[in-house]
Amino acid sequence: MFRKTALLLLFCGLFSGGAAYAAAETIKVGILHSLSGTMAISETTLKDVMLMLVEEQNKKGGLLGKKLEAVVVDPASDWPLFAERARELLTQRKVAAVFGCWTSVSRKSVLPVFEGENGLLFYPVQYEGEESSKNVIYTGAAPNQQAIPAVDYLMKDLGAKRFVLAGTDYVFPRTANKILEAYLLGKGVDKSDIMINYTPFGYSDWQSIIAEIKKFGAAGKKTAIISTINGDANVPFYKELANQGVTASAIPVMAFSVGEEELSGIDTKPLVGHLAAWNYFMSVDTPENAEFIKKWHAFIRDQKRVTNDPMEAHYIGFNLWVKAVEKAKSTAVDEVLKAIVGLSVPNLTGGVATLLPNHHLTKPVLIGEIQADGQFQVVWETPKEVPGDAWSDYLPESKALEADWTDPINCGNYNTVTKKCGGAGK
Amino acid sequence: MSFRRRTLFWLFLLVFLPAQTAGGSELRLEPETLQALRSSRVADRNPAIEALGRIDGEAATGLLGALLDGALYVDKEDGTLLILSEDGQSRDALSGAGLASPDKTRLRKVGTNNSQREILLSLLSARRLRHPDADARQAAVEALLERGQADKDLLYSLLRDETAPEVRQRLEGALALLRARDPASTPEEILDAVRLLADNAPPNAGQVLENLRKAADPAVAAAAEKALYNLRVSAERASMLETLFFGLSLGSVLVLTSIGLAVTFGVMGVINMAHGELVMLGAYTVWGMQRLLPGQPGAALLLSIPAAFLVSGSIGALLERGIIRHLYGRPLETLLATFGVSLILQQAVRTLISPMNRAVESPAFMSGMLHITRNFSLTSNRIYILCFCLCVFALIYLIMHKTRLGLEVRAVTQNRPIARTMGVNAPAVDTFTFALGSGVAGMAGVALSQLTNVGPNLGQGYIVDSFMVVVFGGVGNLRGTLCGGLILGLANKLLEPASGAMLAKIILLAGVILFMQAKPKGLFPERGRAAEN
Amino acid sequence: MREERLWDRATILVTGATALACSLVVVCSLLPPGSPLHIGGYTVGLLGKYLCFALLALSIDLIWGYAGILSLGHGAFFGLGGYVAGMYLMREIGSRGVYGNPILPDFMVFLNWKGLPWYWWGSDSFAFICLLILLVPGLAAFVFAWPAFRSRVSGVYLSIITQAMTYALMLAFFRNEMGFGGNNGLTDFKSLLGFSLQSEKTITALFCASALALIAGFLLCRLIVASRLGRVFVAVRDAESRARFMGYRVEDVKLAAFVFSAILAGIAGALYVPQVGIINPGVFSPLFSVEMVVCVALGGRGRLYGAILGALAVNFAKTWFTTALPEVWLFFLGALFVLVTLFLPHGLAGLPERLMRIPAGKIAPAPKAGEPTGAEDGR
Repeated sequence: MFRKTALLLLFCGLFSGGAAYAAAETIKVGILHSLSGTMAISETTLKDVMLMLVEEQNKKGGLLGKKLEAVVVDPASDWPLFAERARELLTQRKVAAVFGCWTSVSRKSVLPVFEGENGLLFYPVQYEGEESSKNVIYTGAAPNQQAIPAVDYLMKDLGAKRFVLAGTDYVFPRTANKILEAYLLGKGVDKSDIMINYTPFGYSDWQSIIAEIKKFGAAGKKTAIISTINGDANVPFYKELANQGVTASAIPVMAFSVGEEELSGIDTKPLVGHLAAWNYFMSVDTPENAEFIKKWHAFIRDQKRVTNDPMEAHYIGFNLWVKAVEKAKSTAVDEVLKAIVGLSVPNLTGGVATLLPNHHLTKPVLIGEIQADGQFQVVWETPKEVPGDAWSDYLPESKALEADWTDPINCGNYNTVTKKCGGAGK
Repeated sequence: MSFRRRTLFWLFLLVFLPAQTAGGSELRLEPETLQALRSSRVADRNPAIEALGRIDGEAATGLLGALLDGALYVDKEDGTLLILSEDGQSRDALSGAGLASPDKTRLRKVGTNNSQREILLSLLSARRLRHPDADARQAAVEALLERGQADKDLLYSLLRDETAPEVRQRLEGALALLRARDPASTPEEILDAVRLLADNAPPNAGQVLENLRKAADPAVAAAAEKALYNLRVSAERASMLETLFFGLSLGSVLVLTSIGLAVTFGVMGVINMAHGELVMLGAYTVWGMQRLLPGQPGAALLLSIPAAFLVSGSIGALLERGIIRHLYGRPLETLLATFGVSLILQQAVRTLISPMNRAVESPAFMSGMLHITRNFSLTSNRIYILCFCLCVFALIYLIMHKTRLGLEVRAVTQNRPIARTMGVNAPAVDTFTFALGSGVAGMAGVALSQLTNVGPNLGQGYIVDSFMVVVFGGVGNLRGTLCGGLILGLANKLLEPASGAMLAKIILLAGVILFMQAKPKGLFPERGRAAEN
Repeated sequence: MREERLWDRATILVTGATALACSLVVVCSLLPPGSPLHIGGYTVGLLGKYLCFALLALSIDLIWGYAGILSLGHGAFFGLGGYVAGMYLMREIGSRGVYGNPILPDFMVFLNWKGLPWYWWGSDSFAFICLLILLVPGLAAFVFAWPAFRSRVSGVYLSIITQAMTYALMLAFFRNEMGFGGNNGLTDFKSLLGFSLQSEKTITALFCASALALIAGFLLCRLIVASRLGRVFVAVRDAESRARFMGYRVEDVKLAAFVFSAILAGIAGALYVPQVGIINPGVFSPLFSVEMVVCVALGGRGRLYGAILGALAVNFAKTWFTTALPEVWLFFLGALFVLVTLFLPHGLAGLPERLMRIPAGKIAPAPKAGEPTGAEDGR
C-alpha cells in the first residue's frame, strides 16, 4: 500500500515540477480546444489554425524578441475538464493568453477560472451574448452581428412572412430565438406565424418535425426556417428536409451554426440555396483571404480543407493580441487588456476588425447561399462593419445594460439607467 | 426585388409573352444586360434576368436554364460568358459555339440568389407550359400554381389543349379554386367548384373552403362545411398513417442497430461497449466504397453492405480471439475491455481518417418521396431502410434457427459443457457468433450512413438505445429485439407530436423502466432452466 | 462463510495511507508559496476532485462488488447530490450575478421567471441543503429501486434500467424548463459560506472535507461489509435464490445497499461541485457512469480500496494524458483498460497482492476469479 503514497507523492512532484520550467525564454500561448469527444469535430481545426498562426509569427521573428510556444491540451468535450485544463494552463504552464472553447457551457465553465486567475481568453465562436468579462475577448459574433441582419434579409429580400425557429435546446438557440421573437413581433409578425421548436443535442430522427414544418409552411404565406440547430443534428435535419422534398425555394433555411466545415461532412447537392449568416465565408474574394487559404492549405497539407468563420475569428484574435502585446511591450494580462481596446486589425473579408470597449469586435455580416460544392455564395452583406453588442437591446432584462472595460466605467454589466455597475440591482 | 414588383413583372410577362418560337441563332444582349451578368455581385443580376425574360427563343431559354442550374460562368479576364454542362463540355453562352476546355481558375460562376432563382423558375415554367412532354408540363403547371401566378384565362386555355389526366386534374383543381374564390361567381358555379375541390383537394383548398363556410348562401355554406369535414378527415387519416410510418421507420433503425447487439450481448452475454463503434466502421465503409467508386453512389452503397459486414465482422472476430476469449467466465469484465476498445477505435478513426464528419452521398433511388395518395407520401430512403431491416432480421433469424451453425450457437449458449461433449467446437462457435453480431452491426452502419453523420461519434448516439431495445425485448431473444425496437419506435413517434421530442424520449425511458417492473425479463423472457437464475 | 474483521491489514493500511497522504497535501498547501514543497491550489483542487470520484467509485463497489448489483447509472445520484449543492451555491451568488437579481439565479431571470420554483425552496439554508444532499439521492434511489427489487428485476436487466434512468435524468435536466439551467447547468459560483471558492484556503478546506468523507465512507463500507449484513450481501450476490429460500428478505437487503450507496454517491457529488465550479447534465450521461464502473473494475472489484485506487488511477491518467499526449491519449487510456482486464484479473489492487504474495482470499472475500458465480447474470 506504500505504492499509493508513492503515487500521491509522485503527483505532487510532477505538478510542482511543472512550475519549474515555466520560466524558459518563450512566450506561451495556450490552446484549449477539444480534440476528443463530441466537440472534436469542430474544435480540432481551430487547434490546427492556432498552431499555424503561432508558427507563422515565429517565422516573422516571434514576439518581443522571444519565440512563441503553443501549449496544446485536450479538454475532451468534458465541461469540468475545461475548467481544470484552463487552470492548469494559467497556473502551471503560465501561458500569456489562451485561445479556446467552443460551446457556451465550456466558456461558462472556464469563466470563473479566468477571472480568478486573471487570465486572458480569446473566444472565437458566435454566441448568445448576455455576458462580458474583463478577461475574455469575444472574437465571434454577438447576436446582433448575425441573427438580426439575417432575419431582415429573410423578410425584405425573400418576403418571408411566417417563421419556424428551430434550435437545439441550449442557451445559444434559446437566447437567439428569444431575441428574434421579440424582433419579429416588433416588426408586426403575428404570434401565430412563429413556430418555435427545440430538440435535444445530436437529435437524429427529424421525420415528424419536418412533416410538421411542412404543414406549417402550407398555409399560403412564404415560410422560412431560422435554424440554430447545433453540430451533429444538422446532417440528419438537412437530409430529411431534402428527402421530404422541401427545397430552398419553397422553405429556405437560414442557419447560424452551419459553416463550410459542417458542410464538408454533408452531401450538399440537396441543400443548394439554403442560407447561412456569418461574418466570413471561404468564398469571399479578397487578397487577404486568398493568402490565408493558401497558407492554411500549405500548413495542413491538404488542398481540400476548408476555412470557416471561427477560424477567421482566431486569426483576428491572434493578430489583435500580437498587436496589443507589441503596443504594451509586455504580455502581462492587465497591460495587454489596457492596450488592446480600440486596436484594429484587417479581417479577411476586406474590412477592419476593431476591438470595442465591451470586448467585442466590429464585424461585417454576410448572408451566403449553399452551393453544390459545399461553399457559400454571398448574396447579401452589410454595407459596413456592425459593432458587437454584448447585451441585447431586444431583451427586457438586458436593455439597460452595457459593457465597457475602459475607465471610468470598467464594468461588464453597467446599468445605464441606475448608472451603476452590477446588473439590474437596485 | 419586392414581392409586389415581382408580381407585376410576372403579369407583364404573361401578357406579353408570345408563344415560343423555334430557332437557335446568336443571342444579342444589351450591354447593360451583359454587364449585369458579368458582375460579381449577385444583387446586380436582377435587370439581366428581367431582360432575358423578355427575349424568346431557345438560346435565351438555354441561358436562363444555365443560370438557374448554376452552369453559367464568366471568364474573369475577357468577360466571355460560357455554359459548362455536366459532362464537362463547354460552349459559348451567346453563340452556342463549342469552346475548348477553359482554364477553370479564370472562371467565376454567375451566381443567383433564391428570389432570382424563383423568377427564373417561373420564367422557364411559363415557357414549358406547352412542352410536348407531359411530365415537364406537369412540373411547369405545378411551378406556376405554387407561385399563385396563374389567371383563369391562361388555365382555361391550357386545360382545353391538355390531354394528360394528371395535368388536367391539377388544372381543374386550380380553376375550381379560382372560381370558388371569385366574388363574381354564381352560387351554382361555387357549389360546382366546392364539389370539385372536395374531390380534387388542391393545396390551399382548406382556406378557401373555410371562407366559404361563412357564405351567405346556406347551400354553399353547407357544401363547404361538408367538403371541409371530408378534407379534414382525410388529412387526419393521412397524418395518422404518416406517424405510424415514422414510428416504424424509427423502430427499424433501432432494430438494425440492436440486432448485432442481440447476438453478441443477448446470445453470448458479452457486454460489448464497442458495439457502437462497429456500427460506425460500417458507415465509414460506405464512405470508403464511394471514394473507390466515384460517381456511382448507388453501386457503392450496395457493395458496402457485404463489405461493411466483412469489415466489422473481421474486427469482431479479432476482438473475440484477442480479448473476449480470455474473459469467458468473467462476463462483466468484458465491459471494461470493450470500453477500452471503443475508445481506441474512436480515436483511430479520428487520427487515421479525420476528426470531422465525412460526406456520404445518397444515390438517386434513395432520395425523394413515394406519393401514395395526395396528402400521404413516404420518404423512399426510409422505406428502403425498413425493408433492409426486415431482410437483415430474417437473415439472422434463419441463420440462428434453421442452420446447423445456429443450432450449435444455441447449444453452446444453453449448455456449454454438454454442447462440447456432443462434439461442438465451442471456441469456433464463439468466434463465429461474435463475428456475426459485429458484422450485422456494420450493416446497420450502412443504413445509418444514409440518415445521419458519418463521424467518429456516430456509434455513441446509438449504444444506450441499443442496449435498451435488447433488454426490453428480452435478452437472448431475436424476436424480442424486433418487437421491442418497433414498439419503442412507434411509441416514441406517437408521443412526439403531443409532448415534443425531448419529453417523448423521457416518457419513453420512464415507460421502459416501469414496464420492466411488470416484466422483469423483458417482452419475451427466456424459458427453461437457463432462465431460472 | 469466513468471518471478516473490520480492521484487517488492508483496511489499516489504506486508511492510514490515505489519511497520511491527505494530511501531507494539506500541510504542503499551507506552506508559503515560495517553498519547494508548496502545492498550489490547482493541484489541491485536482486531488480533491479525484477524492470525490474515489468516493463515487467506492459507493459503486459496495453494491457491485458485494451485493452483486451492477449499476450503470450511479452518476445519477452523484449528479443529484451535485445539483442540490449547486442550488445552494447558486443562491449564495445573490446579487453578484450578471443581472444582479438578489434572489433569482441568472438563468431564471433570463427565462423571465418571476419567482423561484417550489423545489428551490429552502435552498438558501446551508443546513437544509446538507439534509437534502443526503435525502434527495437516497429518496431517488429508494423510489427507483424499491419496485425494481420487489419485482425481482436483476442482473443485466437491472443494469440497463439504471442506465435508462440516468439517461432520462440527463434529458430532463437538459430541458431549460426544468429550472436547473439546462445544458449550461449551474455555474459561476462565487463563494461557499462566505469564503471565496477561488481562494487557496477554501480549496484546501474542501479537499480536507473530501478526504474526510472518503475515509469515513470507506470505514463505513468496511463496517457494513464486516458485519452480518455484509455477509448477507455476499450471499445475495453469489446465490440470490438460495439466500431467499433461507428466509432472507433479499429485496430489503438489496434496497438497503442500493440506497446507502446512492447517499454516498450524492455526498461525493455535493463535494465535487464546489471544487470544479460547474454542474451540468453531463454527469447524468450514461458514459460517465460507465466510466466510473470501469474505474472500479480497473482497480479491482469487491475490495473497496480497489475502487479508490481505480478512480485515482484513471483520473490521474486522464489528467496526465490530456496534457502530455493531447492528440493520442485515448489510445493509451483504451489500451490501459484492455491490458488491465487481460493481465490483471483482480485489477490494480490485485497487483500488490500478487507482488506481496498474499493469496487473494486473505484480503477480500473474492469468489471464483473475483466474480460472482455468474449465476446472477444468467450465464
